[in-house]
This record gives sequence, structure tokens and C-alpha cells, in this order.
Amino acid sequence: MGSWIRGATGCVAAVAGMVLAAQGAVAGPTLDAIKAHGKLRCGVSPSSAGFAYPDDKGRMLGLDAEVCRAVAAAALGDGDKVEFVPLTTNVRFQALQSGEVDLLSRQTTETFSRDVTLGMNFAPVVFYDGQGVMVPKSLGVKSAMDLDGAAICILPGTTTEQNIADWFRTRGMTFESVVFEQPDEWRNAFFQGRCDVLTTDRSDLASSRAVANNPADYVILPETISKEPLAPVVRHGDDQWLDIVTWTVNGLIAAEEKGITRENAAKLAAESQDPEIQRMLGTSEDLGAQLGLDKDWLLRVITTVGNYGEMFDRNLGPGTPLDLERGQNTLWTDGGLLYAPPFR
Amino acid sequence: MPSDASARPQGGSAGGRLAALVYGDRSRGLLWQAVAIGLVLLLGWQLFGNASDNLARQNIATGFDYLSRPASFVISDKLVPYEPSDSYGRALLVGVLNTVWVSFLACLFGTVAGVVVGILRLSPNPLLSRLMLAYVEALRNTPLLLQLLFWYALLLLMPPVREALRPLPGVFVSNGGLFVPVLHWSAAHLWVGLALLAGILAAFPLAGRIEERALAAGRPPRSWPAVLPAVLGPPLVAALLLQPDLSLDRPELGTFRVSGGGRLTPEFTALLMGLALSSSAGIAEAVRSGIQAVSKGQWEAAEALGLKRSLTMRLVVLPQALRIIVPPLTSIYLSTTKNSSLAIAIGYPDLVSVSNTTMNQTGQAMEAIAIFMAIYLLLSLLTSAFMNWYNARVALRTR
Repeated sequence: MGSWIRGATGCVAAVAGMVLAAQGAVAGPTLDAIKAHGKLRCGVSPSSAGFAYPDDKGRMLGLDAEVCRAVAAAALGDGDKVEFVPLTTNVRFQALQSGEVDLLSRQTTETFSRDVTLGMNFAPVVFYDGQGVMVPKSLGVKSAMDLDGAAICILPGTTTEQNIADWFRTRGMTFESVVFEQPDEWRNAFFQGRCDVLTTDRSDLASSRAVANNPADYVILPETISKEPLAPVVRHGDDQWLDIVTWTVNGLIAAEEKGITRENAAKLAAESQDPEIQRMLGTSEDLGAQLGLDKDWLLRVITTVGNYGEMFDRNLGPGTPLDLERGQNTLWTDGGLLYAPPFR
Repeated sequence: MPSDASARPQGGSAGGRLAALVYGDRSRGLLWQAVAIGLVLLLGWQLFGNASDNLARQNIATGFDYLSRPASFVISDKLVPYEPSDSYGRALLVGVLNTVWVSFLACLFGTVAGVVVGILRLSPNPLLSRLMLAYVEALRNTPLLLQLLFWYALLLLMPPVREALRPLPGVFVSNGGLFVPVLHWSAAHLWVGLALLAGILAAFPLAGRIEERALAAGRPPRSWPAVLPAVLGPPLVAALLLQPDLSLDRPELGTFRVSGGGRLTPEFTALLMGLALSSSAGIAEAVRSGIQAVSKGQWEAAEALGLKRSLTMRLVVLPQALRIIVPPLTSIYLSTTKNSSLAIAIGYPDLVSVSNTTMNQTGQAMEAIAIFMAIYLLLSLLTSAFMNWYNARVALRTR
């Protein structure tokens, strides 16, 4: 509730900032601004298990939160120098545009119009998702094709809102849409039976199911309604900053490919004879300097959060409450979609 | 009136005229006004320029072209037809109408409840007046957002649609809403409704005249034998002439939802309840203070003339109290309209909710916010214009 008010005022403040700020407020290299501030301001989801949610000590956990830490480790030399800013789906882009955050790592789907007209650039995808629908088992529904006339709980301002409308429209089916600003109200309305269906990205459905009183009462239907590549986002116009975020994510994926882990990274930096590992960890060439960073940047990233596979297993994989398979989010060598360009 | 330039002694020379222009109260006042307006315009121009520069530099699209693009999101609670293939402009219209509708009903119910509670607050019965005090204080001293979430949570405790309660045949009570049978609406029904409205409007002056005459003659006023036919006559005649279809559209339980019939969604109901109840508490206080501000001598004079307590209230006290009640009432109506934007917390598609979705899909936050600010401003100005007109009327009539 408080965050609803904060979200609304944040949105207005962001716009006011854009109106009032004279030249120069948003220009200039982001890296310098972050160094001057001493912390990376990173926009994350207010509460999404597995992606960004605070533990009982208030420490932000999850895949998205760790991407923030990885970038902070690369840019500031310390993965804990992150100021997490919880943002609702509705205010996230304004917060990035107005400079309230420097990196948006918030389960954001990369789309044409967001990239082209919103003044933003996307780093590589960190999670390949797809929109799904979840229903109570008691409904006895086997396929999303049986949902004509159902009431569906939706979060506003998301791609899911348009996807579900398009999906029903092309099949000549109708539904009742019930839209909630806050994820808690949205989930609660579904668990109370106000809606028959909950829809969002499949990963998020899994994290919603994880917080149900009895997760076994709900089933995620087989249909995947859309492609949802979730990627970190930065402001348009600062290429250096985009490169830093892009190659931090690529580095996480390449590290898994090369078998560099949180444990063995320091040892590999000292001993490995593999030329690409040497380049990545800064023992032969200094790739970091070309990004405006020091030569140990990627070594620090990996000793802070591990490689992509480690991040996935820790936050989303089997044994976590989300219990997700790697699926498409595995290396291209294993038939997945993760493919980092070479470090050379 | 201070002397102005023309009243000053003048030499008639050019210098004298110039001095008169600079030192004259009137011209100097105009000069300052012009400077002030110029500064405001300059500031506005500067802000606008800044905003468009910043937006252009960040490669963010601007302008209102997006209003004609297809919205492609679904709005279920609506007063006018709307499909996802319709434009963002149309979606916005749906949102505006929803805001106006819920605010209007909230003010209407809030006023009815508020007047009753306000009068009962002054009841000589201590139980009744204390009860009303508790009502007012409970509703005035809790945040409206909390009240809305409370009413909504309460409505969601109803059984789901498939297990809906059926207190009467054709009536479904569930957390998907209240479903009731309704008439198959047609033009004939509309005419009967209008005839009823005309009858009610005609009955007011009629009743007034009968009462005046009765009071003048010293008889107790008894207006209903004339008023009843005046109210019911026109709709009955219209119904006989037009023969409207009286069969009912009954709601039917389908696989997921109830189809057909009339429906109140829990989101709308919770919002209406929250707004109406909280405004009724404010109105009750305005009514109470208005009544108490009428001097005690008026009550005593009416009693001396032999008027009953209820008649004293209606004929002597309330008309005078209205003058005091109307201005605070205006501000309560204005804040109720603006408070309806809390709808977004409980999923009712009002103006702000639709604007927010639009803003996020198009990324054009400034345009969307400018539009909804302009609409709220317009609604507020219309409300206060109407209330000021009413205030002037009441003030004049009671002298």
C-alpha cells in the first residue's frame, strides 16, 4: 500500500524531474555518475521470489538482484555497493528515463517499441520466459483453450496484458479482465477466487504459486502464450555504460561455458593456460581498460555471484521454492539459447 | 476609490502625461499585471522547452498521436462499448466515464446518507446520537485507501461464482459480483423512465404550492393526494401507450461466469461503498454544524407558532442551514471525485488506471499525465461551477 503511493508519486516526480531538469541532468557518462555517488542505483521488482525479494535480514536476493551485484562488482569493485530501488511495473521506465535508477533489472521483456521509442537499450537476455496461465486444479481445466468467458487477474502496463487480449481475440474467445497495480492484491484476488485465471510470465507464475497456502492446489497450463525475453535495461545514449552491462552479462554466460566458477576463478586466473580464460580474467590482455574499467573486472564479477549456471541454481533451479528446470535457459552447447559472443 | 491618473492635476505637456502613466495607480497596476503574466508565460515556455529537449535527447517519442493507435488491452467494467481493437482515446473515454459515474453516485449516496446521519447526530435520543457520532468519527479518522481495501477484502470473502449464493431465483451473490435479472432495455423503457422523472420534477412545485396554501389557511399541509398522481400519472400513461417489453433478462450460470442480467462487480461496489461512506461522514458533519449554526430563537419561534419538531426542521431550520452547508459540501464533492483515483488499488478501471496502462504501453507518461490532470481539473471546475450556482440560488432565496 505504501509502495503504491510511493510508486504513484515516484512516477509524478520522475515526470516533474524531466520537465524541470535543465540540460545536463541526464547526459554525461553514467559510469562517472555512479562512481561519484558510490553506489549503483538498480531498479528491481518489489517482491518476486527467485528474481528479487528481500530475505528476513532485508538483503535482496534473486537472479535480477544478482545481476545488479554483478554490474556493481564490475563498475565499482564491490558487489555490495548497490542501492536497490523497488519499482512497480507501472513506474519502472520513467524511473530509468529520469535517472532515478541507472540500471533496470526487473523481469522486463525486450520489445521493439520499448527499445525504439522509450529511449532505452537492452543488454543481453538473462532469462528466456514465456507467458503462461495458472488455474486452480478444482476448475478441471486442461488447456487454455477451455477458458472462454473466464475472469483473469492481470498486472497493468505489462506485455502480458496485451498478449492475453490478443490471444483470446484471435481465437474468438472473451474474458473478463481484472487489473491490479500491486502484485500482492493481484495474487490475493486470484487465491480468493475473484479470478479463475492468473496470468503472467511462467517464471513469475511459479513464484506466485510458491507463496500460495497450498501450492499443490494450482496448476500452470501447458500453453505458452508469448515469447518473453527478460533483459536488463539502460538509458539510451551512453554506449560505454551499455557495453559494461552487456559484457557483464556475456561474461556470466561465458564463464559457465568455460567452467569458471565462484570457487575456482581465482585459481584459474593464476594457472589457466586457456587464452580466452586469460583474456576474460585479465591475466593476458587488459579488456577491462577498453570498457573504462580495471583488468580484474570480470574476475570480481565471478567471485561475487558465480557464473550464470550458479546464479540460476541458487535462485530458480530445483531445490529452490520455484523449482524451475533450466529449459531454454541453458547453454547453446546443451541445446539452449544462452550464447555469449567471444571475448577477444 | 483612490484617485487615478485622470484625476491628477496635469500640465498637459508630454512629460506630464508620461509621468501620469508611470505614477498613475491604474496604469501602474496594469504594468505589474503584464509583467507578472509575462514571467509566468516565460517560465512555462522554458519548462516546455526543457522537457521537449530532454525527451528528444533521450530518444523518447512525444506527441498525442498515440491516442489513435489501437489500445489492445481489455477493459471489462465499462459504460460504453469498447473492444481491444479500439483506440487509446476510446479507452480513455471509458476510464473518464467510469470515474464520472462512480463519483456521481458516491456524491449522491453520500449526500443522502450524510444528511440523515447529520440530522440524527442532533437527536435528543442519546443512544442514536452517540451511534451516529461513532459512525462519523470511525469513517473520518481512517485513511480512505484502508477503507477501500477493507470493503474489497470483505466482498472477496463471498463464495466464488460457481458456488454463488442464490437468495432469490435469478439472483446470484458471489465474489465475482452481484447478478440480478433486468428488463430487456429498449427505447420504450427509456421514455417511461423520462416520464417518471418529469412527474417527479412537476410534483415539487405542486407540493410546495399546496403546502403554502395550507399553511396560509392554517390547515395542516397534506399534499400526497395531489402529488401521487402527478408522479405516477406520466409513466403510467407512457407505459400504456408504448407497451414496453416486461420480460426479464435472467442471469445464467455458465462454466466460469454468470452471463446475462445486470451486474455489479465487487471492484465497483467496494469503491462506491468506500467513497459514499467516507463522504457521508464529512457531509454529516457539515449538516450538523449548519443546523447548529441556525440561532436557537428560530426553533423557539417555530415552536411558539405550534410547528412540530419535524416541520420546524424542514420548513424553518434546514433552508437557513443550507446557506452554511453548501460551501463545505462543494469541497467534499471535489475531494470525493479526486479520491475516486484510489480505484487503482482495488482493480476498478477508472481514468487513472486506464491512463497508467496507456502510459506504460506507449511510454508517453507526460502526455498521459497531462491529459488526466486536465480532465480532473475540468471535472472539478464543473462541479464547483454547479455548486456555486446552487449556492447563489439558496443564498438569494432565503435572504
